Amino acid sequence: MRIAIDRGKCCGSGMCVLTAPEVFDQDEQDGLVVLRATRPPDDRDEAVREAAALCPAGAIEVSD
Amino acid sequence: MTEAPTAAPPLPTARECPLDPPAALLERQRSCPVGRLGFPDGAAGWLITGYDNVRAALADPRFSSRKELLRSPFSPHEPTAAEPGFFIYTDPPEHTAQRHLLTGQFTLRRMVSWTERIERIAADCLDAMEAAGPPADLVPSYAMALTSQVICELLGVPHEDRADFQRDSAVILDTGVPLEQAMAAVGSMQRYLRDLVEARRREPSDDIIGGLAGHPELTVEQVANIGFLLLSAGLDTTSNMISLGTYALLTHPEQLDALRADPALIDAAVEELTRYLTVNHYGPIRAAAEDFEFAGVGLKQGETVVLSAFAANRDPARYPEPDRLDFARGGRGHLSFGHGIHQCIGQQLARVEMRIGFSALLGRFPGLRLAVPPGQVPMRDKSLIYGVHSLPVAW
Repeated sequence: MRIAIDRGKCCGSGMCVLTAPEVFDQDEQDGLVVLRATRPPDDRDEAVREAAALCPAGAIEVSD
Repeated sequence: MTEAPTAAPPLPTARECPLDPPAALLERQRSCPVGRLGFPDGAAGWLITGYDNVRAALADPRFSSRKELLRSPFSPHEPTAAEPGFFIYTDPPEHTAQRHLLTGQFTLRRMVSWTERIERIAADCLDAMEAAGPPADLVPSYAMALTSQVICELLGVPHEDRADFQRDSAVILDTGVPLEQAMAAVGSMQRYLRDLVEARRREPSDDIIGGLAGHPELTVEQVANIGFLLLSAGLDTTSNMISLGTYALLTHPEQLDALRADPALIDAAVEELTRYLTVNHYGPIRAAAEDFEFAGVGLKQGETVVLSAFAANRDPARYPEPDRLDFARGGRGHLSFGHGIHQCIGQQLARVEMRIGFSALLGRFPGLRLAVPPGQVPMRDKSLIYGVHSLPVAW
């Protein structure tokens, strides 16, 4: 699974961090998304898909 | 399905059951999920009630948040423009720039780091309740006390000013006080916030007002208004979630037992209560920024659209048996905090407050119960933020 984030769309809601904290983080200055791993371990797949679905700004794209 | 504007029905508000949406609202979801809505000034707009459509609309930039376009479903007054700093009522690019100033202050990590602070505030409130002995009204002694002190911490209100600040907040948010008294409290609060901003300009501090006060491009008025916005958006909502949530717990004993048996269920319980109760029960509200087609319907520029998050959160297409409070379900993906670029900036703080608020209360009082029959608990039927006027409890 590959993850792409768009910081231009990100509104800093933190929902991705809440859903998949091993994969997503927030920049402490501007609150925007930071990827901790572009190719996370397989057992995080479902959490990452959920994070992408929950993102209010549609800033996360997931591809296999 | 469209109706002639003169036949457009108003927004259904009368509830048959205190915790469920009006039957008429759910009927609209079944029969006319994107339908005409009548406004008090005679104009017609739209009411959207299905989960997928409400969510899509909230992420669609053709739905504007500009205050001067938004008709109220209840008041016939002409909409007015937002005061400077009230970015909730602006569109990009103004919205983006102003919200961006705050996002770093509301990160998940930062809000979670407040856990100890908020636990201490909750413990102090519970100590006072315990010392006074049962019964107690949970609204002022816990829900309001806890959440208004958290706002004080967030904004950086000095300890010596908090009693006055909390008194003014309580009046501003009290739907029962006469208008002049409410306006006087608003004036007093706004003056106080302006003075606080001026003081922080001279001596910066590590809190929201302190962080914004020194910003070269923001006026004192803007910073004070941002403070007022955070106060008005973040206090009533969380406070009512705690008191109404406690009412829900005490009237759903199987769910309460499940939570007591497995305290790790708290985060799922908070999410499901947030879905189920949807305290911001009449919104969000948007206006068509241009003529466009949405879900097969032609919207005209300027028409006001009520996006019913409450109906959406009870959409059986999204949540099977939606009217069941079910902590095991978890309620994820609810629209109570909204969706899109305006999604509640304080949502992670709200989650932390609710997690601690419910856990500490249930932990302190294993025998917590309603001190009156459920039917005697007065509901905030006429308020924009739903909840209980008072919640008499015993332990």
